[in-house]
Parts: sequence; structure tokens; C-alpha cells
Amino acid sequence: MHIVVCIKQVPDSAQIRVHPVTNTIMRQGVPTIINPYDLFALEEALRLRDTFGGVVTVLTMGPPTAAESLRKALTFGADRGVLLTDRYFAGSDTLATSFALSMALKKVAAEFGQPEIVFTGKQTIDGDTAQVGPGIAKRLNYNQLTYVSKIVDADFAGGVIRVERRAEGGTQVLQSRLPVLITMLEATNEMRRGSVENALIAARAQAITWNAADVGIEDLTKCGLRGSPTIVKKVFAPTARTEKAVLVEADGSTDGMADALIDAIFERAPAVEEDLFEQAARQY
Amino acid sequence: MAMTEEKFDAIVVGAGPSGNAAAYVMAKEGLNVLQIERGEYSGSKNVQGAILYSDALEQIIPDFREDAPLERHVTEQRMWMMDDKSHTGMHYRSDDFNEEKPNRYTILRAQFDKWFNAKVREAGALVLYETTVTELVKDLKGQVVGVRTDRSGSPIMANVVILAEGVNGLVGQRSGLRDEVAPDTVALAVKEMHFLPRETIEARFNLSGNEGAVIEAMGTITKGMTGTGFLYTNEESISVGIGCIVSDFADSEVTPYALLEAFKSHPSIKPLLADSECKEYAAHLIPEGGYKAIPQLYGNGWIVVGDAGQFVNAVHREGSNLAMTTGRVAAETVIALTRKREEMSAANLADYARRLEQTFVMKDLKKYKGIPALLHGNKRNFFGTYPQLVSQAMQTWFRVDGVDKKSKEKAIFRNFRETRTIFGMLGDAFKLVRAWR
Repeated sequence: MHIVVCIKQVPDSAQIRVHPVTNTIMRQGVPTIINPYDLFALEEALRLRDTFGGVVTVLTMGPPTAAESLRKALTFGADRGVLLTDRYFAGSDTLATSFALSMALKKVAAEFGQPEIVFTGKQTIDGDTAQVGPGIAKRLNYNQLTYVSKIVDADFAGGVIRVERRAEGGTQVLQSRLPVLITMLEATNEMRRGSVENALIAARAQAITWNAADVGIEDLTKCGLRGSPTIVKKVFAPTARTEKAVLVEADGSTDGMADALIDAIFERAPAVEEDLFEQAARQY
Repeated sequence: MAMTEEKFDAIVVGAGPSGNAAAYVMAKEGLNVLQIERGEYSGSKNVQGAILYSDALEQIIPDFREDAPLERHVTEQRMWMMDDKSHTGMHYRSDDFNEEKPNRYTILRAQFDKWFNAKVREAGALVLYETTVTELVKDLKGQVVGVRTDRSGSPIMANVVILAEGVNGLVGQRSGLRDEVAPDTVALAVKEMHFLPRETIEARFNLSGNEGAVIEAMGTITKGMTGTGFLYTNEESISVGIGCIVSDFADSEVTPYALLEAFKSHPSIKPLLADSECKEYAAHLIPEGGYKAIPQLYGNGWIVVGDAGQFVNAVHREGSNLAMTTGRVAAETVIALTRKREEMSAANLADYARRLEQTFVMKDLKKYKGIPALLHGNKRNFFGTYPQLVSQAMQTWFRVDGVDKKSKEKAIFRNFRETRTIFGMLGDAFKLVRAWR
């Protein structure tokens, strides 16, 4: 059995900082992580492998530094990492990305065996489109099961899989023939901690690296900025709130703290004080 | 599994300055090195002021200036003695520090350590991240033969384990090699990073280009506790912090953040930080017990380097250079034994301590071995009374108010005498001189 998990290296959005002077996003020094949604897909793949045997290949497209996310995937216990990288891919939107990934998946199938399942996370935290997974399915002519919350059962010999899918107002139980593309919902499982052996293998591993030509892409106009009809017009940081947190000095007693707090609030917002007085006056 | 039967020449626990130095030097010499770091990357958990002293790194990576992330080279050093409203300062600024290969730099440790660790990997060491070494594995004779981690699976084996695990020395403790760190031998320092446009920093500190200024401060800012404050200029930010001995914090019940808030709002510091945006805060323990607090440094199959060995010169605010040097010397010891195919016994590893004696590390720590106890024992005088007296003397001297100079001199002298008797002062001066020598 062969499962491929497509992951993306993204900036850790929790740690993105806006340059206080130029007001632009500071990319330098911002740690990158595996898109958190992809981890649910990877864990689900590893569980299926542990149950049914077989191999989990992790595929990513990105700059050479994206190899780091493959190393991390191997630390969790994936068997093989493939990096698709080429300067022609720079600036790809979801259309160009799903094209490049589908070409890479064809090569993965040819080299390492036809995958029964291709997993992705439900979406990425930097793009938030949820389009790449379905785009791959369409291009490879796979069935697609999106927003999957649970793999109910799988019969690889019979070529059938059954899943639960989150839908508006309830849960759908869907069955599909294999091969299938599954986009995995968040909070559906918990990523394991890889063993010492996994960590050592990952630390040594060299990712298999392919460029556009390697995966048989001849028409480069389908790649990168040229192959992307989406146009990012502007990136900007939301304006910061001018109100800042204030440290209120008070003595240690509960009453003292409450009084100091109320005084501080009334001082900054006299209207609140007046309001309260009026309300109190009306009541009595 | 074949994987775990493998035996490394050395395992380095930790990827701070000492661990990176040790791993780099050994890997560069062709040893099969495994480095294990608990953080997501080297630098993710590491906190320092931070100043890099070039010499120690030059001995390891001579051309580090080519690609290391450095902020500013230090051209001006200010030492301030502060009371609540004033500071009496000594400034030393020299164009000599604008040399081709500057002597000291301000750095951001998250970036610098990451760079250093990349060099370790390039040199051929294997590095595991997000992996915490929980304990050392010993054989029946008590020889350390490997480590256990918080990951499942077999222990990882090695001929020698270099403990570069930082100030707390938890692995050493758990393995029964050392005691818990005593609260009166470590300082707790808190710091913040304040962002400002580089032009503002350069104007405020009278700097041009990549010149940098640093302020080290002592006095009533630590509210009678043994400690110091600092302010370092980075490229587009200012690191400001303050630290005191942990047992003093416990006794005084002053909270570290309140101390930092007070330091930041001191009239001498506040204008330097005006209009800045605080983007980071951090806290860290600093081993400041000096020579007398150094634990056992080696044993059968293990060596201690860096903060874990209390290698910090608190008087001169040096630490990372001692860390790198002890890491390098430990590595050289291991390389020599490996080449000679000698075993990593305590008797052979004693060579590490002998080599250290020949370096500035041990010489400096020995020189100042009496200082920590002296300052700590007389903290009320050194961190309260004297700074106040100096400040009052300065004010009396500089304030022009119709009082003649002779009377001013008398008043200054009387103030000193009444506040801290002649014998008290002479005694402190004598003790300080003796501890300094």
C-alpha cells in the first residue's frame, strides 16, 4: 500500500511580526512550520500504514528550505520525502500549484508505486483557500473526499474506503473507490512523537529533489507567476490599536485592587462612570 | 534495529554556544558527533543580553564575520552607578574599536545560534532537535556510555557525552553527577527587546553605521539586591534588562518584572527607550557563583562545559566566550583521546581540566573567586549605600549654590563618614582590593 501526503511549509502565523518601523511583514527570523492542518493528514496516513502496512511518502513544493518540513515529517515517522523545487514555481497560485503537484504525483506513482490515497490538510494557514487538494484530485481524476473527520474503514484489497465528512448541519458517511484524494479536517487526531530511530533517520535523510523538468513539465507557462491567474494586489498589516494595556498600581488587598482598577477605568472613560451613576439613580 | 547499535564518538547535549563549539570542533576533525537539542532549533530556547566576544569564536571559526548574523560592533562602553534619580558614569569610547575585525558585537541569540548550529551541521555533525536528553546511560562499571531521551526507542550510545545543557544542569543532576544549582549562585535576569528605527538609535547614542553602545549599570536599581542592569544597542532594537541573585529575589520578594519596569522608567534610561515598541521579553538564569561554584567537570565518559559548569565571569559580564572556549577545549581533549584510541575514563578526561587551567577561563575565574561572596555579603553597601553616596557627592560638587568649595568637600566627606564609618569603608575597600587581585 502506498499513501502520499502533500504538505506545505508555511510561516508560523503565531510568530509573524510586523516591522514596527516599515509596517511590512518581517519574514526574516520567522520560524517556518508544517501547515498545521497537514499534520492531521500525515498522522492519519501513518495510522493507516501502521494498521495495513505499506509506505508513506511525503511530497512538498516550495523553496529548497522546504526540505526542512520533509525532515520533520520523517521525524514523525514518514518513510520518504520528496521536494519539488524550481525557480519557475515561484509565485504559484492554487491553479499552478495543483498542476505542479499533480505532475509530481504522476512521477511518484511511476517511481514508487501507484498511491491508493493522496492526503492533504483541509487548507493552509497562509493561503486559506482549500483549493489545492481538490485541484490535484481533478487533474489526476481521483475521487475527492474533502473535510474528512474520520476514516471509518478501508479495504485496500477491495479498493474501497469509507469516511465521515463534516457537512453543514451534520456528518455525512461517504464511501469511495480507491484511489482517492482526502483532505483532512483539524482536530481529528493527535500527531505522534517520533521515536529516537525516526529522529536519527530524519536527521540523516536527504530529500529526493525534483525540478520542473524532472517531473515532465514542458509547458512552463503553466507554472509559477505566469501560470497563476490570481493576482495579489497588496499586502498590508492591519493598523494597530492605539489603546495600549496599562499597568495599574495597587496595594495587595482585593478591595485595594478593585478600587484602583475602577478608578483607572473611570479616569479613562468618564462616560462609564456617569452612565453607572445615572443607572443607579434611576433604580432608586 | 541496526540504527541503535551504532555508537557515536561523542554526544553533545545542548546547542548553545558551548555545545555548538564542542560539536563543531569535533565534527570538523572528523569525529562522528551527535548533538541533541530540546528546542525546535538552536537558539529557540537560548537567552542572553547579548554580547559576542570575537576572540573565543575566532579560535573556532576564524572567518565568522563573513556570514554570522551580527548586530553592531561595540565602540562605546558606559558603566553607570545609579541612585533613584541619577547616574554617575564612566564612558569609554574609542575609534580603535572601529577596527577591521571588531572585538565585541551585540547579537540576537535566536539568529546567531541558528547560524552557529548550521555550521555544526555543515561540519558533519548529526543534530536532533525537539529532543530532550532525560538521563545518562551507565554501564555496570559506572562508565557513561550513552543517553536516553524523551523519545521512545533504545538509548543512543557514545564513547563520551559532553554536557552543554545549560545553567540548570538537569541531566547531570538526574544522573547523580552534581547537586542542584544553589539559589545564591545563580542570577535571574529578565530582558526586553525594544524596537526603534536605526536612525533613532544612532542619534540617541551618538553612533554611526554599525557602531554600538552598551551600558552596564549598578546601584539602587536592584533595590539592595546583588545584581546589575544593562542596555545594549542592536541594529534596530535595544535590549534592556536587569538581573539579581535568585536568593535575593526570594528574600526581598521583589518581582523581576517590577524591577525591570522600575529600571526602564529611571530618568536616565527612560529617554533612551522613548517611543520604542517592546516586541519580546525573556528571562534566564545566569550562573554567577564563580570559581567556587564550579561543579565536578568530568568523570568516566562525561564532560561538563559552558553554563552547566558555572563558567561565567560575573565581574566582566562574560559568559558566552567562556562557554565557547570550554566547549572547544573539551572537544580538543576528546579528539586527542580518540586519536590515541584511549578510553574516556575520568583519569584521561582530567586532561580537560588541565587544559582549562591554561586558558583565560580558569585564570579569570580564579582571580575573582572572592568577589561573588564579597558583593553578596555586603550587598546593602555595594548596591545601595555607595552608589547613593557617590551620587550625593557628585551633586554637592556640581551644584553651584554660593557654598564655598572647602565646605563642600567637608560636607561630602562628612556624608561618607556618617553613612558608612571610616572603618566600614576601609574594610570594604580592603576586601575589594584583596578579592580583585
